[in-house]
Amino acid sequence: MATEILMPALSPTMEEGTLAKWLVKEGDTVNSGDIMAEIETDKATMEFEAVDEGIVGKILIEEGTEGVKVNTPIAILLEEGEDASDIETAKSEPASAPVPADKEQSSETAPAAAMEHPEPKVDTSPDWPEGTTLKQQTVREALRDGMAEEMRRDENVFVMGEEVAEYQGAYKITQGMLDEFGPKRVIDTPITEHGFAGIGVGAAFGGLRPIVEFMTFNFAMQAIDHIINSAAKTLYMSGGQMGAPMVFRGPNGAAARVGAQHSQDYAAWYMQIPGLKVAMPYSASDYKGLMKTAIRDPNPVIFLENEILYGRSFDVPDLDDYTVPFGKARTWREGEDVTIVSFGIGMSYALQAAEKLAEEGISAEVIDLRTIRPMDTGAIIKSVMKTNRLVTVEEGWPQGSVGNYISSVVMQEAFDYLDAPVINCTGKDVPMPYAANLEKHALVTTDEVIEAVKKVTYK
Amino acid sequence: MAAKKTTKKPNVSADELKAYYKDMLLIRRFEEKAGQLYGMGLIGGFCHLYIGQEAVVVGLEAAAEEGDKRITSYRDHGHMLACGMDPNGVMAELTGREGGYSKGKGGSMHMFSKEKHFYGGHGIVAAQVPLGAGLAFADKYKENGRVTFTYFGDGAANQGQVYETFNMAALWQLPCIFVIENNQYAMGTSQQRSTSSAEIWERGKAFGIPGEAVDGMDVLAVKAAGETAVAHCRSGKGPYILEIKTYRYRGHSMSDPAKYRTREEVQKMRDERDPIEAVRNMLLQGKHATEDDLKAIDKDIKKIVNESADFAKDSPEPSLDELWTDIYATEVPQEA
Repeated sequence: MATEILMPALSPTMEEGTLAKWLVKEGDTVNSGDIMAEIETDKATMEFEAVDEGIVGKILIEEGTEGVKVNTPIAILLEEGEDASDIETAKSEPASAPVPADKEQSSETAPAAAMEHPEPKVDTSPDWPEGTTLKQQTVREALRDGMAEEMRRDENVFVMGEEVAEYQGAYKITQGMLDEFGPKRVIDTPITEHGFAGIGVGAAFGGLRPIVEFMTFNFAMQAIDHIINSAAKTLYMSGGQMGAPMVFRGPNGAAARVGAQHSQDYAAWYMQIPGLKVAMPYSASDYKGLMKTAIRDPNPVIFLENEILYGRSFDVPDLDDYTVPFGKARTWREGEDVTIVSFGIGMSYALQAAEKLAEEGISAEVIDLRTIRPMDTGAIIKSVMKTNRLVTVEEGWPQGSVGNYISSVVMQEAFDYLDAPVINCTGKDVPMPYAANLEKHALVTTDEVIEAVKKVTYK
Repeated sequence: MAAKKTTKKPNVSADELKAYYKDMLLIRRFEEKAGQLYGMGLIGGFCHLYIGQEAVVVGLEAAAEEGDKRITSYRDHGHMLACGMDPNGVMAELTGREGGYSKGKGGSMHMFSKEKHFYGGHGIVAAQVPLGAGLAFADKYKENGRVTFTYFGDGAANQGQVYETFNMAALWQLPCIFVIENNQYAMGTSQQRSTSSAEIWERGKAFGIPGEAVDGMDVLAVKAAGETAVAHCRSGKGPYILEIKTYRYRGHSMSDPAKYRTREEVQKMRDERDPIEAVRNMLLQGKHATEDDLKAIDKDIKKIVNESADFAKDSPEPSLDELWTDIYATEVPQEA
């Protein structure tokens, strides 16, 4: 049967083109792969190949014609034994318009009903039952215990990274783990972040549950393609067939006097990525409970730790299997006048500020988000409905900060409850300086949090 | 072609040879159809065709066993067909439809099949190399005797992560076959203009990884080399490199006018080294098949490909609900 040859789309953006030159004439026999014409697209002049064999029956568009729309018939190809009289019957299969599975359906989330702010449902259950025995543990010990418990529970869990095994961890987080689990499951890598992050993701595709330690998250910038493009997106790109159940962990943000390249807070970066979950705990019990949840989670989890917190001691419940769910904030301090929201080491400033403010008669409610994706925005909104004022605290940079996002959520969902603009207390908009005095000033300070609270409470 | 020609007698039966002919032809006709559907606007975005390189995947799949894994770049349609994925599902993914392997959410460059142990389809040049080594790491950890075919191109061979991976794969003796599909052009830049080594596989020597160059237009040579590599990996000796010298007839992607090489160069390769023609001649000359037998195969293939195109056109676009699914898993999607 005679077939129409249509003006092809030869680039992702082409809608029309110029039929620059015919390289065949009527009556020519063409084979699959023969160049039939030269077509100018929006990008370049392309050669247009025959896909089927046949005889050029008729040329419908003269060479030199500009603005030929994609899918316009440009020639007619005859099969062996046909002649021009068959041309009339030529009918190309029209490019059938795609039919959406359900035309009526729309999944766009409805905009929040304007001026209607039902109080969000918030899980305020305590992290551990009343009467639980508590022990004092450093963040370092709690983190190690959390990992070790999960490795005892599931033999597919392993930890890899620089100096995690024989050196016992650059920050001693994996201390003793090589002895207990052996070199098959506690693996020293070369200094090769891009490579071992990729191998970790591949191992997760292959059914293991890797814990990839970055000596610090600053070095994970070398590996961020695998964290985002390979780990976070694969579940979606595969239509749910496979993903990367794994944990990327390590110290994040400023330590002390290590300068610009070793002091960045990545909370806001990773928080932006669909497919990732992001935990940034403050207390030892949360380090332990969230680490256990992270290892069991079937998705890639970014676990942002803090070197300064590693040696700090907190109460940790003495329970056999203590876990903390993602997306559940913890209220450290109840208050009436202002809500201070933070996470990770930012909580140090928030709690110190609240303490001092109490002495001045200002009652601050302090919320620790613990995970910033998923984020318990309900807990923030519920608190703001009570206090009508909000200050956020983090060490990261101001532009595109976690606080910026929180402000936007609160503005959209609890605007009527705000009695003052939200203030985001952040690190300064500068690379981290080395000099001790400058470094202290570059980070957020407790005084700045106090000042912000006074501003929003008009005191 | 710089690579050595196979001197061994074909180590295959007539039926196997016919199967390779059929598998290679399926890829070629499928890709031609994909190019056609792209021209009709039914396939969007980037579309990288495999035409000319068919002997690479067909030869290596002939050396693989059930359960072995494969992972590759964005020029991935041939790999998927060769490992037995359904042409309908692949074509429908190209048209972005519900019936596609990723329900239309992955596209040409991002397709996967857990069932066929095909781990993508990766759009970032060379990212699949450490991922493939990671799959091999998991197999070694589980001691299951599987090997992973990690495909990448001559262009990817200049990415740093390839050598980070070579180092760890050698250090940890991972059962990974690194397959460098050297089609001589990294997009528009020839190997001579981009790569300091004439023989890319020799870079493995610096890491103690053995390897060889293979004539990628000869499916039997590829199969023989694949068997050597598989035996090496499966016996626990660590990784192996195959640099398979091949050639792509089409541009890098659909919008590539391919002005960096002459039409004569392409035509000469098609005329003198075509991998499908070579097997066709072997079949005819060895009297393993008649012209009519081969015509019947051609007809079968045409039917499969046309059906895949019809399926890909008729399958509905994904429901808008699909926008919001598969972002987070609720349970571990792999067999742990």
